[in-house]
Amino acid sequence: MAAAAAPSVVATTAGASTAVLSPRPAPASAFLRRTYVTSHRHPTLKCRRAGPLTPAAAAAAAGGSSPSSAVFHGEVFVVGDNIDTDQIIPAEHLTLVPSKPEEYRKLGSFAFAGLPSAAYPTPFVAPGEESTRYTVIVGGANFGCGSSREHAPVALGAAGARAVVAESYARIFFRNSVATGEVYPLELADAGAWKECKTGDVVTVDLGNSVFINHTSGKEYKLKPIGDAGPVIEAGGIFAYARKTGMIASKAAA
Amino acid sequence: MASSVSAAAKASAAFAHKKELAAATASATTQHRAGSSRRTKACRVRAVASPARAPSAPASTGSVKTAMTMTEKILARASERAGLEPGENVWVDVDVLMTHDVCGPGTIGIFKKEFGEDAKVWNREKVVIIPDHYIFTSDERANRNVDILRDFCMEQNIKYFYDIKDLSNFKANPDYKGVCHVALAQEGHCRPGEVLLGTDSHTCNAGAFGQFATGIGNTDAGFVLGTGKALLKVPPTIRFVLDGEMPPYLLAKDLILQIIGEISVSGATYKSMEFVGSTVESLNVRSLLKITLINCHSNMEERMTLCNMVIEAGGKNGVVPADETTFKYLEGKTSVEYEPVYSDAQARFFSDYRFDVSKLEPVVAKPHSPDNRALARECKDVKIDRVYIGSCTGGKTEDFLAAAKVFLASGKKVKVPTFLVPATQKVWMDVYSLPVPGSGGKTCSQIFEEAGCDTPASPSCGACLGGPRDTYARMNEPMVCVSTTNRNFPGRMGHKEGQIYLASPYTAAASALTGYVTDPRDFLM
Repeated sequence: MAAAAAPSVVATTAGASTAVLSPRPAPASAFLRRTYVTSHRHPTLKCRRAGPLTPAAAAAAAGGSSPSSAVFHGEVFVVGDNIDTDQIIPAEHLTLVPSKPEEYRKLGSFAFAGLPSAAYPTPFVAPGEESTRYTVIVGGANFGCGSSREHAPVALGAAGARAVVAESYARIFFRNSVATGEVYPLELADAGAWKECKTGDVVTVDLGNSVFINHTSGKEYKLKPIGDAGPVIEAGGIFAYARKTGMIASKAAA
Repeated sequence: MASSVSAAAKASAAFAHKKELAAATASATTQHRAGSSRRTKACRVRAVASPARAPSAPASTGSVKTAMTMTEKILARASERAGLEPGENVWVDVDVLMTHDVCGPGTIGIFKKEFGEDAKVWNREKVVIIPDHYIFTSDERANRNVDILRDFCMEQNIKYFYDIKDLSNFKANPDYKGVCHVALAQEGHCRPGEVLLGTDSHTCNAGAFGQFATGIGNTDAGFVLGTGKALLKVPPTIRFVLDGEMPPYLLAKDLILQIIGEISVSGATYKSMEFVGSTVESLNVRSLLKITLINCHSNMEERMTLCNMVIEAGGKNGVVPADETTFKYLEGKTSVEYEPVYSDAQARFFSDYRFDVSKLEPVVAKPHSPDNRALARECKDVKIDRVYIGSCTGGKTEDFLAAAKVFLASGKKVKVPTFLVPATQKVWMDVYSLPVPGSGGKTCSQIFEEAGCDTPASPSCGACLGGPRDTYARMNEPMVCVSTTNRNFPGRMGHKEGQIYLASPYTAAASALTGYVTDPRDFLM
């Protein structure tokens, strides 16, 4: 990506000098925190996402390896082509405000609630649960098409998914995933992977080596480099990127 | 001044009619990637290949400036660049940021978290806050979300906040407008050459005014609130040339459904869709009337319908070049100066599609995808349970006038529940006051009543996207609905097993009269 020349802008942050900012669980820097986390999801392990990562975890993450060498491991949830935002998070749940921690969690419990049960008999979030057992989502073409609702990547991330591996993305969903840091939107180099995967297969997503491995089937798939989103993801989301490139003033450090 | 299609290109235009389709392959259309659509057949591009790029070396022209499309020019101006190319990422100045009750609270939350509790928005006159999605409901969270918007607007002294407090009577709220995209247009916030961003995918609707308008998420919007800037990737432009006389049974909705069916729901991903041609210039529901002011209103609404569904093809934005129709529409609506831009004659387009509109027929999008196109007449055996006429796509004044025209022509009553949801207060008033041509002075509302439709409801997004359970006309059981809305993915209007046929207001009204999906020619010819 051509690094955009960043004319400096004075952000209208009245009172910025008075704020003492400890590492906050802000979605914008989610990528930096999660990068080195290798989450091994045991089939019996129930992972509760209580909310955005705690300040302790965030502090621990500071100085961790870059996002582009992240590795995710666990069970995969498989969907097909053109999975739209209404299937990812039905509109009746959009009264939940993602920036409120309790409502953020609730959104996670409704992730993929819109998938027709006939085609998808295994729910993404088990009944009565608030989060998912699946670390990775594999999809076909045009993943996330439809609405601009940021609730879509947020619901997936709040439920506990870490990465989506799809053939292609609808633009707003891709953009929202990068901006929020909720899930990595990764692209497969070739089509058809979703047809060779089954929900529940054990997989690894290795960003450093650009590969998606299905241990259950024994197949490997090449991932495309993260591309234009790279610098934004590397920085930790759109706000961090803007600060890094001098577009907006840096926040006062704790 | 208006963007022109070269004579040579016009001469070599192929026609988009099915019967004339030979094996026209997508030689120049490279936007289809492997597995880009659930349709396995190769995309049949029923159009001429894109014009060859001008091979002239820059030095020979004497000018270093590269020819640009409308979208490129708007983004260049907004990012203070002399020129730019598709694929570049640029920081642009935003002219208007819109948000509503569903995404506003989240956007505000991010704004405060990132810029501080006491932060102020970058420009209190460039933020337009429009509650419209979940309004007439007893859902407490939905109601609370409107309160959150109000608190923020008061704290920030936001100039344009179209508030609603009395949910039992929309007319008791003088500021309330209704559906954001229609309100933006009616209130003069859409201006040629500008950049308008909104926390809603149908923000592309505003491209009808010759501006760059697209949907963004809460995080991006929170960023814009604080800085007035957004990082945007410049999209290449696909040009759609629509020529030929518009048949009296077709509407802009048919044209855009035709196009989406052509290129698929991912056919315009990351691209701009530019609509030009003689048909676009004269889109007019009430072509029999020669009164210019009314015609221009009609034109603009039809252009909005075209641009509205750009997102359904995956498009980043849609544009229609501004012209007299646009300027007339804007008279009295805005005092902000604007400067339209137009694609250069030598601008490079990603690809070209050409349609002879006179040969097209009414179409629908069958469940469950906006690109699942079929001729309305081929679906005449599909029994339906209800009809819905509303939303930013199909709930404008022109849409209701069109539906009324069909009911008037029939003189009979509807066979299924027919729900009418005007997009805004203005539309609602038009429905109750504008005379329908050829009716002897009757208003739409009278015609609707005589036809046995439901009483026009309070203006809002309504059941287009389902919403809280008590939303008017929400599909709470599986049923078949013909709708003038924009999406028909599973569960879109409420029930996961509901079946939605997207259609024009003509087709929707015709279908209501028969109880089956019906080609409006059955009533209009």
